[in-house]
Amino acid sequence: MLTPEVCLLVGTVTCLLMGSFLARERQRWSRVVAVLALVAAAVTALVGPASPAMGSLAFQASYALDAPTTTARMLICAATLLVLLLGRDELAGDPRESEICSLLLAAALGAVVLAGASDLLVLAVAYLLASIPLYALVGLARTPAAAEAALKTYLLGALLGIVMLLGVVVLVALAGGSTYAELVSGLRSGQVPRPLVAVGVVATLGGLLFKAGAVPGHFWVPDTAQGARTALAAFATTVPKIGGLIAAYRLVDATVQSGAVQTGTVVAGIAAATALLGVLAAFGQDDVRRLLGWSTVSQAGFLLFPVAAAGRSDLAQPSLLLYLAGYAAANLAAFAVVAAEPHRRTREAWRGAARRRPWVGTALLVSLLGLVGTPPTAVFVGKLTTFTAAWDGGLAWLVVLGAVATAASLFPYLRWLAAAFAKAPADEDAGQVSRGPSSAAAAAVSAAAVVLVLGVGAGPLWTAVSGQVLR
Amino acid sequence: MLSLLVFMPLVAAGALAVLPRVPDAAARWAWVAVAGAELVLVVAMALAYRTPAPGGLAFEQRVRWIPAVGTSYHVGLDGISLPLAALTCVVFLACAVYALREAHRPRAQAALFLFLQTACLGVFAAQDLVLFFVFFDLSIVGMYFSIAGWGHGDRARSALRFFLYTFLGSLALLVAFIGLYLASAPHTFDIVELAANPPLQGSPTTGVLVLVAALVGLGIKTPVAPVHTWLPPAHTDAPTIGSVVLAGVMLKLGTYGLVRVVMPLLPDAWRAAAWVVVTLGIVSALYGALVALAQSDFKRMVAYTSVNHMGYVVLALGAAGLAGGSAASAASGAPVGGAGSALGAAAASSQQLAVMGAVTQMVSHGLITAALFLLAGVLRDRTGTYAMGPGSTVSGLGRLAPRWAALLAVASFASLGLPAFSGFVAELQVFAGSIATAPVTAVALLGILITAALFLRALQHLLTGPARAPRGGFADLRAAEAVPVVVLLVLATAIGVAPQPLLDVIAPTSAWITSVVTPSATDAVAASVAAPAGS
Repeated sequence: MLTPEVCLLVGTVTCLLMGSFLARERQRWSRVVAVLALVAAAVTALVGPASPAMGSLAFQASYALDAPTTTARMLICAATLLVLLLGRDELAGDPRESEICSLLLAAALGAVVLAGASDLLVLAVAYLLASIPLYALVGLARTPAAAEAALKTYLLGALLGIVMLLGVVVLVALAGGSTYAELVSGLRSGQVPRPLVAVGVVATLGGLLFKAGAVPGHFWVPDTAQGARTALAAFATTVPKIGGLIAAYRLVDATVQSGAVQTGTVVAGIAAATALLGVLAAFGQDDVRRLLGWSTVSQAGFLLFPVAAAGRSDLAQPSLLLYLAGYAAANLAAFAVVAAEPHRRTREAWRGAARRRPWVGTALLVSLLGLVGTPPTAVFVGKLTTFTAAWDGGLAWLVVLGAVATAASLFPYLRWLAAAFAKAPADEDAGQVSRGPSSAAAAAVSAAAVVLVLGVGAGPLWTAVSGQVLR
Repeated sequence: MLSLLVFMPLVAAGALAVLPRVPDAAARWAWVAVAGAELVLVVAMALAYRTPAPGGLAFEQRVRWIPAVGTSYHVGLDGISLPLAALTCVVFLACAVYALREAHRPRAQAALFLFLQTACLGVFAAQDLVLFFVFFDLSIVGMYFSIAGWGHGDRARSALRFFLYTFLGSLALLVAFIGLYLASAPHTFDIVELAANPPLQGSPTTGVLVLVAALVGLGIKTPVAPVHTWLPPAHTDAPTIGSVVLAGVMLKLGTYGLVRVVMPLLPDAWRAAAWVVVTLGIVSALYGALVALAQSDFKRMVAYTSVNHMGYVVLALGAAGLAGGSAASAASGAPVGGAGSALGAAAASSQQLAVMGAVTQMVSHGLITAALFLLAGVLRDRTGTYAMGPGSTVSGLGRLAPRWAALLAVASFASLGLPAFSGFVAELQVFAGSIATAPVTAVALLGILITAALFLRALQHLLTGPARAPRGGFADLRAAEAVPVVVLLVLATAIGVAPQPLLDVIAPTSAWITSVVTPSATDAVAASVAAPAGS
């Protein structure tokens, strides 16, 4: 039933133990273990739906086994595998390689459990499991920027974690139980003070917004994207979002079902603020990794659209899962492109890069236009369906704002693309610039291909995530 | 067959982009070959075309895409999209031949323009809103890279401006499409299904809001006067064949969207907003002509005449929505059979005449402007400038390059709407239809006068006077430059002399569009459909 989670847990522990025993130069074996654990988890997640216990809740209704959980398991495992591929050259030979693998698996496990949690206490535990490895991963680079990023991530994560625990306590006390089913029935009774429910829900959401990198828990994202190692930045801006947003969806859905509070409007406000802030802040960025960091903030805003429509539109859940899949592919492709050209840190440094390495340039083009949501990429279908879901959920104003924010988001991306596809400066000779790692380029190209395939093949994907195949 | 037409250029583009070590010459000729095959294919389709039932399609294909959201890969052609698809193939072939001399990364350019051809053909073939949007957006991406990669001057800035403007417009369009989708029951993005049962009929407020979003989107693309400011810099800095495609084909995507999507799907709102649209059309026509008159840059001048010419199209489409007294004459018998002699046919309502004029104008403007931009490209190749008039270093080219001068004169006369050219046929229908519906539209006739003046002035500046050219000389047209221009102008003349074959294709679909937006005619068409055909 929980085979994928167990695979990840076993992988985590094995990597940790191997780190203690393996000689420094033989640590690559721990990466092999990590890859095996991730593949095993993904395969068992895919095969799992055949078993009769699926499509239900497990452990006294505290853990959901349904389409969102299955999607999260597959997505998180695939994303982590891609991170290992794009960071192969960056992380190989690192004295802490085993620890990195172990922490990555632990954080991935935390994100999976976060997505599957249908109990406030499981949610709180998953939050900690997903967050604590992240603090360590962000700080691994041993540079002042990484230290600052780690500190910010830690402080914000700890603060919002405590706020979240407060919210959990309030909600459990009010509902008289911690599972979402009890939450729905307990809050529906009408005996509960609504302002207190609102406080509880918003406080609990606070932690999830930190995971998703959305306002107000977004401060750590640009610093991490810029300061951490590229592979770990790619991980930190992708994987926790998947867990956090699905968890936020479940929580909002439950509170809307209970009818106690209209959380949708609050979430819509947060979504609007996040999307706009991310887009506007990306305007002035010269460092491409920081630019990507802000871009992931704005994406978190768009990803909150279906969360705001939770319980009010049938399209909300499948559109969120579809968008998450497209976002993960496009964002990882963009970070892989950055990892493939590690010496190009600023937009100016990218001048002429696409002509020197046309495949990487093409991957950059697909990933950035994919993040904008240009057809036929996966994010386009995601945006189309999430906008439709939001409008269907009575949030037409949010759709208009989303369209404006999308148009504005073009500007920073296009400036980067224009630089990359421009003529190279005369002083840069072909031999002078060393080629970046080829495994990152491979990761970039394959992720960009996934972006296109998911976009064109959105039909079957939609069928899958709306629960007709995955249960 | 239609899917082959749409996707063959894309496959060729992919092959050109991926295959390593394609020699430049081979890439150029491969492009010409594919564009030629496309033209053969579209001609074959035009010959095989049989008028479908009102609201129906020829060469229809439908494949499930995302059934849960009511969207599918649905393509088909009717009397409005077929001429524009044919125009697309002609213009792209002209570009391919003209670009045979391109020295700057010809392989990438060939791949990019083949990709663009797929995007443009896809828009004209799409019968699903999402599919329409997908191709619409891809055309913007392609044109961005064409300007940024092969343009001149301040090309990065112009390209960015073009992209931001038109992308914002396309997002407004997407919002409108989502609105249409949610208002339909059952939810669908399919244009044919939506047209058969237009949503938002009972809710004027939402209908008008959705219409406004769609008008913003398509108006930016067209471009209509207040939102046209992206056009002049884009044209000035675009490469020659980029301008040709932009003006010849892509401007039509906007007006085509009005005919294909907005009018049949939002008939009530279209009628409600008809006066606004007519006003926008008049303003665009006059403003475009006046600003063009003020230009001392030949290419910019041609660019502004596009604003003027597309203004006529918008004007005519708006006039079709004015349900005036002539709706009664439409009720007396709109020709549905397709055999109706369109020009001056008493049976055709004035609204239908206006719609036919609009479609004819799209085709005509595509042919003539493409020729003008190609000639402008030659001017810049030889002299390095587009400047004309006082202070310019270019004059008297009539003596230096008689063939270029002759073609320029012919293209200019065609563009200003001289009889025997397609522009005349189009503008005659536009104004005959519009003025009959709303006499005030006669104001826009001034635009024709101004256009005549500005073209004559341009000819005078460039062709007469002492023979001067910077860089010493002005070689006359080579074959690869002359052939596309001649072919485009021959086609424009052919339509001008014998418009009937084209009008026979356009008329039935125009009658259907008119019947949808004119309520009184709806019953008439319903009656004539019920009656045996050929009555």
